[in-house]
Amino acid sequence: MCYDAPCTHACPTHIDIPKFIKKINTGNLRGSARTIFESNLLGATCARVCPVQELCEGACVLGFERKPIAIGRLQRYAMDHAYSRRIEFFRPAASTGKKIAVVGAGPAGLSCAGELAKLGHSVTLFERRDLAGGLSTYGIIALREPVEVALMEVSMIQKLGVRLETSKDVGTNPTVTELQEDFDSVFLGVGLGHTPQLGIPGEEYILDGLQYIEGSKLLPSRLRVGRNVIVVGAGNTAIDCATIARRMGAERVTMIYRRTENEMTAYPHEYDFVKREGVAFWFLAQPIKVHHENGIVKALECVRMALGEPDASGRPSPQPLPDSNMLLPADQIVKAIGQHKPSIAQLLNLKTEKGFIDVSENFETSSPGIFAGGDCIRARGSASTVMAVQDGKLAARVIHQRLVNHG
Amino acid sequence: MADLSINFAGIRSPNPFWLASAPPSNSGDQVHRAFEAGWGGAVWKTIGAPVLNVSNRYGAWHYGNQKMLAINNVELISDRPIQTNLREIAEVKRAWPDRAVIVSAMVESKPEAWHDIIKRIQDTGADGIELNYGCPHGMSERGMGAAVGQVPEYCEQITRWVMEVAKIPVIVKLTPNISDIVMPARAAVAAGANALSLINTINSIIGVDLDTLEITPNIGGRGGHGGYAGPAVKPIALNMLAALGRDSVVSNSGLPISGMGGITTWRDAAEFLLLGARSLQVCTAVMHYGFRIIEDLCDGLSNWMDEKGFATIPDVVARSLHRVSDFKDFDLSFRAVARIDQNKCIRCDLCYVACNDTAHQCIDLIDKNGKVIPPSAYDPRSNGKAEAVSTRPSVVVREVDCVGCRLCYNVCPVDNCIQMVELPNAKPSITWDELSQQQRAVTEDWQQMEQYRHKMGIRIH
Repeated sequence: MCYDAPCTHACPTHIDIPKFIKKINTGNLRGSARTIFESNLLGATCARVCPVQELCEGACVLGFERKPIAIGRLQRYAMDHAYSRRIEFFRPAASTGKKIAVVGAGPAGLSCAGELAKLGHSVTLFERRDLAGGLSTYGIIALREPVEVALMEVSMIQKLGVRLETSKDVGTNPTVTELQEDFDSVFLGVGLGHTPQLGIPGEEYILDGLQYIEGSKLLPSRLRVGRNVIVVGAGNTAIDCATIARRMGAERVTMIYRRTENEMTAYPHEYDFVKREGVAFWFLAQPIKVHHENGIVKALECVRMALGEPDASGRPSPQPLPDSNMLLPADQIVKAIGQHKPSIAQLLNLKTEKGFIDVSENFETSSPGIFAGGDCIRARGSASTVMAVQDGKLAARVIHQRLVNHG
Repeated sequence: MADLSINFAGIRSPNPFWLASAPPSNSGDQVHRAFEAGWGGAVWKTIGAPVLNVSNRYGAWHYGNQKMLAINNVELISDRPIQTNLREIAEVKRAWPDRAVIVSAMVESKPEAWHDIIKRIQDTGADGIELNYGCPHGMSERGMGAAVGQVPEYCEQITRWVMEVAKIPVIVKLTPNISDIVMPARAAVAAGANALSLINTINSIIGVDLDTLEITPNIGGRGGHGGYAGPAVKPIALNMLAALGRDSVVSNSGLPISGMGGITTWRDAAEFLLLGARSLQVCTAVMHYGFRIIEDLCDGLSNWMDEKGFATIPDVVARSLHRVSDFKDFDLSFRAVARIDQNKCIRCDLCYVACNDTAHQCIDLIDKNGKVIPPSAYDPRSNGKAEAVSTRPSVVVREVDCVGCRLCYNVCPVDNCIQMVELPNAKPSITWDELSQQQRAVTEDWQQMEQYRHKMGIRIH
C-alpha cells in the first residue's frame, strides 16, 4: 500500500486509491465506496471504462516487475457494493439560494451538477436526449458498461437534489436568454456531435459508429449487423464498433485505417483486445467510394496510401498511391472517425479553439459566468470519461467560489 | 552429506525432527505413517487422566494471505483409552527400533499416580518420557499441565516422584506462560530430570466474531483461552530457548534441550539448533501440511550444513548462543545507516512515511532537480501514467541524520533494496555497562549525559 501513491496522481480525479483498497481489505466497503465518490461521483462508470493501463494501473509501482494491482476491478467491486445496497453517501449542504444550469447530462455535466448540489446550490440539468448519462448511456458498448449502470449513476446525482430535464434542447427550450437570465451560472458539458463526413460517393449507406453503438445498447434486437462488416477508423470508438459487429454475429470484420498501427489513436490494450476478438486490420487504405445495388452495400472501394511528411497533428500524413484502387467486399460499413465539434459554441457566441469551446484555466468560456468542460473543450490530449468528470468537479469548485464569494 | 542423527540424553534418532506431543501423534497409525515419511521420532500425544473433548477446538489466526500464522487449541490430552495408547506405543516401537518413541504423560499430582504411569510407559519399550507441565487449558483447571509448570516447587516435586521410578530418560516440558522460564527449568534440574523441552503453547484468545459477537472459535456460545502455537510464536520460543542456554545453572547441568515453537521449515530448525536445541519438535506445520514436510526439513538442513561445513548436528548446536546478549553489553558506538538502492526502488514511499511519521524523519522526497519536495506536490490537473511515473520523486536517506533504526529496512517490500550499512566505528567502543562503571554520573544525570554526548560528538537529530 503505497504512500502518496503514483496511481492517485495518474488518476485524473485523484481518487485516494490506496485508501479505498485498504478499506476493501479491512472489509469496510461502505468507507471504500465513499472514498471513491469523494473524488469522483461517476466512480461506477470510471471503474468500467477508464483506460486504466494508461492511468492508475499504468503507474502502479508493481507494474514494472510484476502485474499492477487491478485497481479498476477493485473500484468496480466497491461501487457495486454501494449501488446494490442503494447507500446514499452525501446530503446537500444548506441551500445557497444560487441557481445553476448545467447543459448536457454526460459525465462532465453529471459530475459538475452533483458537486454543485452537494455544496447546496440549486442545479437544473438539461439533456437533449431522452435519457441522461451521455456517452455512458449511449456510447459505451454494453460489454463495458450496461445502460443500467449509467442510469443508476444519474439517479444518484438526482438524489443529491439535481433537477433533471431531459429532451430539452438548449436554444429552443430553454432559450439562450432564459438560460442566461434564469440562472446565476451555466456549465456546458455538451460533448461532441455526430461523425463527420468522409465526403465520398455512397456515403449515405455508411452507418454512423456512435449510432451503431447506441443501437446495440438500447435496442439490440433491432440492430442489423452485417456478415462482412468494414469499420472505417482506428480509434477507440471504431474498436468498439468492430467488437459489437463481431459479438453480434458478423463473420468477418475488417478495420480500415489510412495510417498504420503506429499512428492509430486506439489504446494499445484496446488494439490487443480487438485482435483477440478476431477483427482484421487493413492499414494504409482510404475509402473513396461505396459500391451498392439499390442501396444494398456490396463493397468499399479504397485506395492504398503511403506515409509522407508529418501533418498538423504531428503524425505522418498519408498520401494516396496512384493506381492502387482496390475493392473490399462488404455488406455493412460503419465509420468512426471522430465527432463533430460542439455547435452550442456558435449559439452562445463563444470563442473556440480548433472548433472546441475555448476555456480559461478555470474552465470559464469567453462569456463570463458560462463554464464548460468535458469532450467539448478537449482541444488537446485524448478525451475520456474520467477527464470529463474531473473537469466537471473542478469547474463546480470554481463556480462555487465565484457565487459564494462574489454573490 | 551431513550426519543428522542425534543422541539426546540417550535417546537416539536418525534425524533431530520429532513430532511434538499433539494431535499428529495421537495414534499408532499416525505415528507409523509419520515414520514412513521419515520423521526421526515422535512424542506421543499426552496420556494420563481421563478426559472428554469439545468441538470447534482448533482456532486459527490468518494474517493477510498467510493461513494459520498461528493455531490455538482447547484440545485436551489423549481421549483414547490409556490401554489402547500403551498397546499402540509398544507396537510402534517394536516396528521402528531406530526411531525415537517418547511418551508424554500427565496425571493427577499424586506420587502413586505418577509412579503408576511411568512404570506402564516403561513397559511399552518406549525410549523416553516427556512430562507435560505445560498444557494451558482444561488440564490446568484440574491442577495439571501449566498449573504445575507455573510453580517451580510443584515442578520439582513431581519430577522427583517421577525420577524415583524412571529407568528411561525423562524430559521436562516447560510452559511459556510464566514470567521467567529459567525458574521451572532450574527446578527440573534440581529434581534430577534428564532433559528439558520448550515451549508448550501460549495462553491466547483468537478473536471475536463481529457478526455474532461470539468468541472465535465458538464452542456452544462460549469460547476461551487456548494454547497458541505456530509460526507466530517462533520468536518467543527462540528467546526462551536462549534464556535457558544462558542460565548458568541450566547450562552447567548439561541437560539437553528439545526445542519447539513454530518450526515450519529447515531454516527455523537451523535457528533453534544454533540457539542451543539438541532435538526439534514440530506440530503446527505438520497439522497444516501433513507428515510430508519432513523431507525438506531434513534435505534443506542437510544441504545447509554441507554448505556451512557442519558435519554433525552437535557441530551446529549453540553456535550462535554466545551472541545473545543483554542490552548493557551492546557496543554503543556501533553504527549502521540505511541506504536505498535507487535502481531497485519502486517508489512506493512506504519507507518515507514510516520514517517521517513514526521514526526519525531522515528520508526526503527529492524531485528531478534535486529539490526536497513535500508529498502530493503535483498539480491536480496533471495526470496519466507518464506524468505520474516521470515526476515521481526519489526517496533519499539523509545519512547524517539517520540513526539506523532499521524501520525502513523492515517495511520495504523489495528484496535487498534497502541495506543497513555498517559504518566504521568513529568512536571507541563502549557498552552501557562500561559507561556506568567508568562515568556513573553520565548514566544517571541528563545534564551530564548532554555534556558526554557533546564531547563525543553524538548528535541526535
